[in-house]
This record gives sequence, C-alpha cells and structure tokens, in this order.
Amino acid sequence: MTVVSPIFQDLEKRFGVETFQLQITVDEILTLWLAKDRLKPVIQYLKNSIEQPYRMLYDLCGIDERDRAKKEILPTKDFTIVYHLFSFDRNNFIRLKVALEGSMPSMPSITSLFKNANWYEREVYDMFGIKFEGHPHLQRILMPLTWKGHPLRKEHPARATEMGPFKLFAELEDREQDALEFKPEEWGMERESEDADFMFLNIGPQHPGTHGVLRIVLQLDGEDIVDAVPEIGFHHRGAEKMGERQSWHTYIPYTDRVDYLGGVMNNLAYLLSVEKLAGIEVPDRVKVIRVMLCELFRINSHLVWFGTFAQDLGQLSPVFYMFTDREKVFDIIEAICGGRMHPNWFRIGGVAQDLPDGWDGLVRDFVNYFPRKLKEYSNMVLRNSIFKARTKGIGIYTLEEAIEWGVTGPGLRACGLEWDFRKKRPYSGYEMFDFDIPTAQNGDCFDRSIVRVEEMRQSLRIVEQCLNNMPAGSYKANHPLTTPPLKKHTMQDIETLITHFLNVSWGPVIPPGEAMSCIEATKGANSYYLTSDGNTSAYRVRIRTPSFPHMQMVPYISKGYTVSDLLSILGSVDYVLADIDR
Amino acid sequence: MTVMQHIWIVLGVLFVLLNIAAGLIWVERRMLAMWQDRLGPNRAGPLGILIVLADTLKLFFKEDWIPPFADKWVFITAPAIVVASVLLSFAVVPFTPQIIVADLNIGLLFFLAMSSLGVYSIVLGGWASNNKYSLLGALRGASQMIAYEVFMGLSLMGVVMLTGSFKLTDIVEAQRDMWFVVKQPVALVVFFIAGIAETHRLPFDIPEAESELVAGYHSEYSGMKFGMFFIGEYLGITLISAMTATIFFGGWLGPFLPPWMWFFLKTFAFILFFILLRASLPRPRYDQLMEYGWKFLLPLVLLNLLVTGAVALWIRG
Repeated sequence: MTVVSPIFQDLEKRFGVETFQLQITVDEILTLWLAKDRLKPVIQYLKNSIEQPYRMLYDLCGIDERDRAKKEILPTKDFTIVYHLFSFDRNNFIRLKVALEGSMPSMPSITSLFKNANWYEREVYDMFGIKFEGHPHLQRILMPLTWKGHPLRKEHPARATEMGPFKLFAELEDREQDALEFKPEEWGMERESEDADFMFLNIGPQHPGTHGVLRIVLQLDGEDIVDAVPEIGFHHRGAEKMGERQSWHTYIPYTDRVDYLGGVMNNLAYLLSVEKLAGIEVPDRVKVIRVMLCELFRINSHLVWFGTFAQDLGQLSPVFYMFTDREKVFDIIEAICGGRMHPNWFRIGGVAQDLPDGWDGLVRDFVNYFPRKLKEYSNMVLRNSIFKARTKGIGIYTLEEAIEWGVTGPGLRACGLEWDFRKKRPYSGYEMFDFDIPTAQNGDCFDRSIVRVEEMRQSLRIVEQCLNNMPAGSYKANHPLTTPPLKKHTMQDIETLITHFLNVSWGPVIPPGEAMSCIEATKGANSYYLTSDGNTSAYRVRIRTPSFPHMQMVPYISKGYTVSDLLSILGSVDYVLADIDR
Repeated sequence: MTVMQHIWIVLGVLFVLLNIAAGLIWVERRMLAMWQDRLGPNRAGPLGILIVLADTLKLFFKEDWIPPFADKWVFITAPAIVVASVLLSFAVVPFTPQIIVADLNIGLLFFLAMSSLGVYSIVLGGWASNNKYSLLGALRGASQMIAYEVFMGLSLMGVVMLTGSFKLTDIVEAQRDMWFVVKQPVALVVFFIAGIAETHRLPFDIPEAESELVAGYHSEYSGMKFGMFFIGEYLGITLISAMTATIFFGGWLGPFLPPWMWFFLKTFAFILFFILLRASLPRPRYDQLMEYGWKFLLPLVLLNLLVTGAVALWIRG
C-alpha cells in the first residue's frame, strides 16, 4: 500500500502517531497493531465518532504466534488478537491487531461496543484460553465444557492419535452428562416470575426442527419464549486446526464441508486467499467456470432451504419437488466435477479439469427448464396465505440491528440494504456479469424468503451468462505454485523435475504473509483469513462463516414469539450447523 | 332383526372399519407419493399393498415401552380411549338403510358426544407421558379440540332444523330431493374444517406438529400403544368423511349403484380430500388457529344458523 489511506491519517491525528504500527499485507486491508489498552477507544472512535463509520464487527479471532517462523517481524512473541471491522459506507475493511504477552494472557472485552463480540470472544477463549475482562459470560462455546486444554494453541495435539486412547468409564459418563445440564442461574435466568413458573425446554440436540445437531434451551412462559440460549459446537470438527496440519493443497477438501450446502463455493473462499498470498492471477476461463459452479451451488443451497423451510411450517410437498430439481443441478455438477455435494474441484490457480464435452447442453437444458419451476414453487409457497401468516411480521430485525449483530447475505438484504459482496467488492470476475441485488424492506421471515427466491433467479441469469460467454483458454494459471503443479517442462531439465516433485509431494510453499478473502456465499459473507509463515501448510486458518453470527442473533430476535415462530425464525435464518461450528 | 343379525352387523362393521383404517396407511402413503412426485411404498406385494401387513406386524412386535417416569395406568388407558370413542361413533352411522348398528333418535348428538370424548385421550396421554413436548402437545390439543367441538356442533344444527330430527337415517331421507350441501354450504365448510381439527390432521396437526414438538402428545408412545393413536387417527378421518357424506351428500342415496357402494364412494372421496389437504397446506400457528375459530368460524356459523332458522320459518309460513 503506497498511498496512505485517509482513515489511517485520521486515526494518527486522533490518537497520535506512536499508537499504531502499520503492517503491510497482500490483501491491501489496512492492518494496524496497537496496544491492548488503546483498543477500546480506537474501536469506539471507528464505530461511533468518525464519518462513514465502521459499524460491523466482521470477525474476531486469535493467533498463537509462539511457533511461528520469522516472527521477529512481529511485535509479539505469544498471541495476537485480530479484529476485522467493516464499513458499508466506505466499502472497506480495517484490521486491528493486539499483541499479547504471556502464556495465558487477558484482554479487555469489547462486548459493550459490539453485541456480536460475545460469541467471538467466547470462541477465542475456548480455542486459546485468552480471558476477556468484562465479558458477561465467558464460557466455552465450541468444545465441551469438560474439555481439557485449548485446541488452537500450538501445544494442543491436532490428532486424536496423539492424545492416547479414549475410554468412557461410568464416572466420566456421569460427569459429561452433568456438564450438559442447563442451569438457568448461570445465564442469569429466573426459574419463575411473579405469576408463572417458567418451563425450560430443550430443542435439540436431536430435534426434527433444528436441521442438525443444535441445542436451543428455551425459557418458556406457556408457549411464549422469554429467553433462549443456543448451544453450539456439536458439529465442531476442528476445521481451523486441520488447516494448520494439511498442506495448502490437501486442505481444499476440508473446506467443502464447512458450509456443506455451498460445495465448491467454500473452495473459492479459501483459494482466493491462497492465490492472493501466492500472487496468482487466474485466467478468465477459470474465473467464469468457478462463477458458474458457485452459482449452481447457490441455487442448490437455496432450494434446500426453500423446501425445508416450507416443511418446517408443515407444508410437506414442496421439499420433494425442490429436491428433485436439486438433483438436476447435481447431475450437472456431477458431469463436470465427478462429485456432488463436496466435489472438491477447485485448485490453487485453477480448477481440477477442463469442462467436459457437452457441459453446455446440460446447463442450457437446466437454464431453460428451471425458471418455470421456480415460478410454480414461489406460487405454491410464498403466495400461500398460511405461509404468509406464519412468516410476516415474525423474527423482525432492523438494519441497524442486523449490522450490529454481524448479519450478512440475504438476511441483511431483507432489511433494505442493497449489499452484495459480488457487486460491491467483486471477486473472481463477478464484475463482468449483469445481475441485480434483490432486496426487501421489513426484515422479517417472509422478506428473507422472497430475497432468497429472487436470488435463485439472479443466479440463473449469471449461469446463463457463463454459458453464453465462456472464454476459451486454459483452466489453470501458468504459475509455479499452482496445484497440481504444471508438468510441461518436467521432462526437459532436472531443476523443473525436482520442483515438480517437491510441489507434488510436499505441496507448494506459499510465501509468508497474510490475506483475507471475502465472498458472498450462500448464507452470507464467508472469509478465509490465512496466515502463512512460508511453509507447506498454513500457520493459521481462520474461517469466518456467516451462520455463526446469524445463530448468535437468534435469541435476540425470537424473544416474545412462540415455539412455532422459533421454527419460522430458524428456517428463515438458513444456517448450516457445520458452518456455525466448523 | 334378530339378535344374531345385530351381532353380525356389529362384527361386520368392526371388521370392515379396522381394515379400512389399516388400508388407509397404504392409501395415504401411495397418494401422498403420487402428489409429491415420488414412488411411495411399492415393494411388498402388488403395488406395495402388503406394507399394511408389514406395518401392522412391526407395530405388534415392537418393544412396548412405558417410560419409568410416566403415570402408568393413565398412559395405558389414553390410546384405548381414542379408538373406543371413534368406534362408538360409528354405531350411529347409517351405511345403508339396513346396515346400521343403532339408529338412535339422538344419533347426531351421540356422534358429537363421542368425538368430544376423543380429546381425553390426547390430554391424558400427553399428561401421563410426563414429557414437556407431550405436555405442550396435549395442551394445544385440548384447546383446539374443545374450541372446534363448538363449531362442529353448531354447524350441524342448521341441518337438524331443516330435517327436524337428530336421527341420521331421517337426515339422509330428507336429502332425497336435494342434498344438504346445496342448502347448507357454509355448514359443510365449517363442519369439514372442524372435522380436520378434531382429527388433528394437517394443516391442523398442531398437537403433534412434527417440526416443533417432535411428535407432540404421543412422543413417548411406542409399539401398539402408538399404533392405537395411529389407527385412531385413520378411523377419525373415516368417521368425519362418513359423516360428511351422510349429512351433506345424501349418504347411501344415489341412482344405479347399490346403497353401500354410494356410501363407500362418497366417503372415500372425502378421505382422499383429507390426504390432499395434507399434501398441500402448511400448518398455521396455534394461536392463529384459535383466532380463526373464535373470530371467524363462530360468527359465521351463528349467522348461518340465524339465516337457516329465518328461512325455515318463512317457508313454513
């Protein structure tokens, strides 16, 4: 970054030059180190005082720096806490980093500034053992309450085989059982009010309405929800930890499974980061192929949402029609990628193979077939008066609340903000496409639904444009760090052969640095914030998923509604458990 | 009729009804599958008809578990009540002029009384299960069924006024010239809606709303006790369909075909309509259902009663 950004000048003027230490990153996000006691005033200033403020806490994560190679460039030897703020007015991220010393450091909490900091700080505490002073309820969030150690610390083993055999003896089982018991007092809840005893109802972890292993404890007065506590983490598989052990290339299949309805769209979020780090520019054909598959997956994901949402509200048939059409999309994806839900098909610097012969026929058939069906479905579901009665005016949040809680994607657009990262911060060639951003005004369950249905139409438009304008060229960038590495010259000289051999066996070595991608995934903004210390695997993989903040907001928007409404709200939020828990 | 003839009628009706209720398992699943673009059960026997046998056997041989925290005797009694009350209702249904178990002169009232009893099975079952989901389901079920009981009764009073009798055979005979569906269309609609609520079928399956309450009042039931609720539901559908046919569509009356055939065809059409509703409609919220009942159906049915009464008086001069 050669030009000093205005916000940096502004901050230096306000807080003094010595407060900040600038770090240059390849993703061109303004990155500033600051001392931990200056963090709150700076964030307060960025959020409330400046013009065009940074109103969204986009992500908050920690990094254990203790094993890092070449760490002399950093102001810390132990831990870093990274705050990503986003400004819609400026269309700009800012990254604030705080260096922490000591093996169990602590940090002032910013829950008083951002409501959604609550879960993020709990996650950092859970993963690193870093305490946040002033946090209302600092408790483990992803790991079981009985877990020993903090998984993302470097000394914590990454594989179960390093941890000794697991035995579930009776005493341990009782202990684990007891730990699962919900104690309302811990959450500051009353067991009774003046005129009623509250019922505490476990929705989940096994429940037909939660779409996965999610537990929501409801405090009920009759059927009215007084308060709710979501308990997540049942689907936690340590995706971030695995990123530190897999090579850059072999981590791609793990990303598929984060938002498991988004398929290759997860690959894209990861690879955009890796490619930024490696400095790879992909050819146009790659961009368009990627866009096409991502949009097909968006249609797929929204179809699943559409069907299951209707089913949550008791409409039994739509889900069958929609899954049938989803199969048609899967047929295309299968013909192109060979896989269905998790094709693992994008590669560093390209895609795995070129498009097969006849792909255009398949896609064209679908593009011609689907609009009529979509119209039928939206008539069937969205125009049904019972459906409207169940969704209109339910689970409302305003635009301010949405931004405060970190809501992105269709949930944000349903509040009237025309914001789509594909349009506003185009990546992978989205600037070449012609499509609209559907919005709605009320921010209730119904509006979130119509936004998604309209998005399917727009996705179809994009797919059609891909179909008609597929550029010729290579399906892979001509760059030494692409995977699998190029084989062109390997048989000519020994040097290229050795490089090829190493890049296949170890995988590519990505240059040191850090980069964050940001894509408009099916559920909202998805980011991979990767740190490389010049090794064959990432030093730290941070996955910012949209479902995590969305789920955090559920108690807030479901208070005062009934149990039935909770199902409408959960359905309309459209989360995927793996996307929450990673 | 001799005593033996009576006994044979009772046994015959019982036999046919239970078989129809079991057969509906297959009918419903096949019809739903057809409307939902899928195959449905098609493996056991021709067109999958033996699924009925398989399902019944499964229910019989499943472990019949009574949760240790349940109120044992109430828990056992509850599923019996639903089947018993519905079967008793069938006693007054005139299948043909000859085939009727008891042609009571308060037939209609008897039917209403028996279907009211059904609510006990839900409330007791939900309460005795000692499970929060069951309890919520039972409470929903109680208020829903008690509310819709009222509209169901009131909607039929127009028909009673026109016939001047509670006897179901009289009601059928009164439709020789014109079915009551023509004279009482509003009553038909209200009766049928109330009937859906009584049988707690989609869209009014609020007491057992699967996505909300797991299985509602029968969450804890297994084996044949669950089977009783299951059969009770199908018997309930058959009953409401049979009553609709009897009261509004002339029962056994019809040209060419034998009376029982007419009765069967009419009833079956309504059963299919029940299934079609399940395939197409979402479920309203519990309070919306109540609101719809008290604020819309009740005034409507009272108005219907008023107009029917006025017209009846006017015609009589």
